[in-house]
Amino acid sequence: MSKKVTFSIGGIHPDDNKISRNCAIEVLPLPGTMYVSMAQHLGAPAKPVVAVGDKVLTGQVIAEPGGFISAFVHSPASGTVKSIGPRKDLAGNPMTHIEIEVEGDEWVEGVDLSDTLVTEIPADSAAILDKIKSCGVVGLGGATFPTHVKLNPGPQARPECLILNGAECEPFLTSDYRILLEKTREIIVGAAIMQKVLGGIRTVIAIEENKPEAIKAVKAALAELPYDNITVLTMKKRYPQGGEKQLIDAVMKRQVKSGALPVSVGAVVQNVGTSLAVYEAVQKNKPLITNVLTVTGDCLPEEKQHNYLFRIGMPLSYIAEVAGGIPETAAKIVSGGPMMGKAVANADASTVKGSSSILYLSEAFTKRGEESACIRCGRCADACPMGLEPFLLRRLYNAGDLEALEENAVQDCIECGCCLYSCPANIPLLDNIRMAKGQVMAAIRSRAKK
Amino acid sequence: MDKYLVSPNPHTHSSVSTRSLMRDVLIALAPASVVSVLVYGWAELSIIASSVAFCVLLEWAVTRWLLKKPSTIGDLSAAVTGLLLALNLPSSTPIWIVLVGAVVAIGVAKMSFGGLGQNIFNPAITARVFLLISFPQQMTDWTPSPGFIHASDAISGATLLGKYSEGGVDELVRLGYDPNNLSMFMEIGGSAGEISAALLLLGFVYLLVRKVVKPWIPLSIFATVALMSGIFNMVDPEIYTGPVFNLCTGGLILGACFMATDYVTSPMSNWGGVIYGVGIGVIVMLVRYFGSYPEGVSFAILIMNMATPLLNKLCHQKKYGRA
Repeated sequence: MSKKVTFSIGGIHPDDNKISRNCAIEVLPLPGTMYVSMAQHLGAPAKPVVAVGDKVLTGQVIAEPGGFISAFVHSPASGTVKSIGPRKDLAGNPMTHIEIEVEGDEWVEGVDLSDTLVTEIPADSAAILDKIKSCGVVGLGGATFPTHVKLNPGPQARPECLILNGAECEPFLTSDYRILLEKTREIIVGAAIMQKVLGGIRTVIAIEENKPEAIKAVKAALAELPYDNITVLTMKKRYPQGGEKQLIDAVMKRQVKSGALPVSVGAVVQNVGTSLAVYEAVQKNKPLITNVLTVTGDCLPEEKQHNYLFRIGMPLSYIAEVAGGIPETAAKIVSGGPMMGKAVANADASTVKGSSSILYLSEAFTKRGEESACIRCGRCADACPMGLEPFLLRRLYNAGDLEALEENAVQDCIECGCCLYSCPANIPLLDNIRMAKGQVMAAIRSRAKK
Repeated sequence: MDKYLVSPNPHTHSSVSTRSLMRDVLIALAPASVVSVLVYGWAELSIIASSVAFCVLLEWAVTRWLLKKPSTIGDLSAAVTGLLLALNLPSSTPIWIVLVGAVVAIGVAKMSFGGLGQNIFNPAITARVFLLISFPQQMTDWTPSPGFIHASDAISGATLLGKYSEGGVDELVRLGYDPNNLSMFMEIGGSAGEISAALLLLGFVYLLVRKVVKPWIPLSIFATVALMSGIFNMVDPEIYTGPVFNLCTGGLILGACFMATDYVTSPMSNWGGVIYGVGIGVIVMLVRYFGSYPEGVSFAILIMNMATPLLNKLCHQKKYGRA
């Protein structure tokens, strides 16, 4: 098992830029006011269960799931609910937020706030799932899919392998790396809990080779802890290795059919951050109100970079201020990695469960070059990890040929950005493909209705 | 907040641009160009300089005056076409023929189809074939121009392929050349680009290392030429030249490594490239053995250029999760 694995189609090797790798996690102080979004997860937004004027404690439920695919939201601090109403999110779109005037950090009862490691796993799987649900745990690898749904794939499903995603293949981001170093044992206990829920299946902690210290730490901790059938797998450095489909290909040498769920090939993928959240929920009764975020970027000197333990509802502008302000040379602020992150249109937007970074990028680093003619070099097709042909999809999109777009699998695009990254002519391939994908998906949905 | 850029992902880009790719091709061709100037002297230098200058100027004039668009010469593709055209010409070519070649390459083959990326045929090869058919005498006069260094006792007037075309293997032997001895290829006349096979291969290795091109097209051309000439040579060595002769003569290396690999006119998928390469190899050997022209690399590439859209339609790469 010492051979390094990777996925089989496409991929790119962008510069690592893990400048903040040696910055230990710091706890952010609480701001005076916090704004908790109801859209903390994939699926339906949560519904507030508190009213203006209510006193809330840290960890108290303030919103409940708004549908089957949704999640509980808990108060990130103790204080008073000041308002409930629309507030702009990252992209500037309105979303219901609960405004909390922070008065302190008094927790609800029953939460174990100590650092003591609890290794004994509860026997009842249903109770574990219930705990994960009531603590509002969602996937922290990017998609924020409710974890209890993913860990309960139904009676027909035959999960064979739990993959813990520690690839962190996006440049700059180091939050997963830091928790792998600083919360190693907690993450492994979390993995063992999920392993138990899934029926004791093979569990693989997959980490890219550019994090040798993390691999060493996990191996050492695994040797100490009493769990079976959990191993570490070293992967080659390659983007987008952390993509669910690519990770399954790398680890299990299996490919998920178009439109199918990972569990159809026996795979369940969870991020290492999610594993930590599962540990805290199940072993410590602690709801998911914190996560680790990296403040980084090419225009920030190393000594001004940070890995912060933040609470949901902290405005990005507040975190930026604590970190020393927005650097002069920043041309773009991104939430997430440079490949798949979202450009911040509203710096006052507040953090959510899945926030992973504040990235300051300089103009030289981020500005798109001027578009020129396609030279048919095929680099986009070579880079596409789904084996698509972006040059062709773009041409079909411009021709408005939805049928041919569907035939050429535009709906399989994972929007990883490899095509646009690789294009020597700076053609907005992904922009076009995303539009095409939207149109094709809409056509597929309306066909299904008929 | 207004001063910050907002755009969809990705927020970063590789350092590779059309210009950097073309610059790499120019760098790869530099050693062979320098040596050809040393061997063929001022005449070769003036051909290279005028070919590059004519091509670049012409593209500039067409974009600015005819199309009234921003000039595209900054992408260096016109310079690459100019250099490739020059390396395809005998060192004795008059400059006015070079000018005609540039007009055909840039004016006809490239810009009239819509510029870079739209042309069906490789511009430099189109020009070479046009000149070969229009000016057969000048284009096959391989008398070496006086160089800065003395490199060869070249046979005057025609290349080895020319001699073979005229008189077969007997003629080669009569001239004192052993068609299966590699060392002879240090001493042959030919178009500038042909005399420095090793340097061209070196340049190609540079392109491979820089990941500018993939090896499949040239490899399949070389393999096809070697296999086909190997079989024919085995059947009758008195009539058919063997693999060593055919791999090292003519414009095969220049054509296979630098012109058949032209992004625009070659298939985009790996398997498409292999079929395309095999096609070129077969046509080259058919022309060399049975055609009226001594050399067929240009014709082979042009013919297979026509198959490229079809190969792009037929050959797709393997998609994830779709059998």
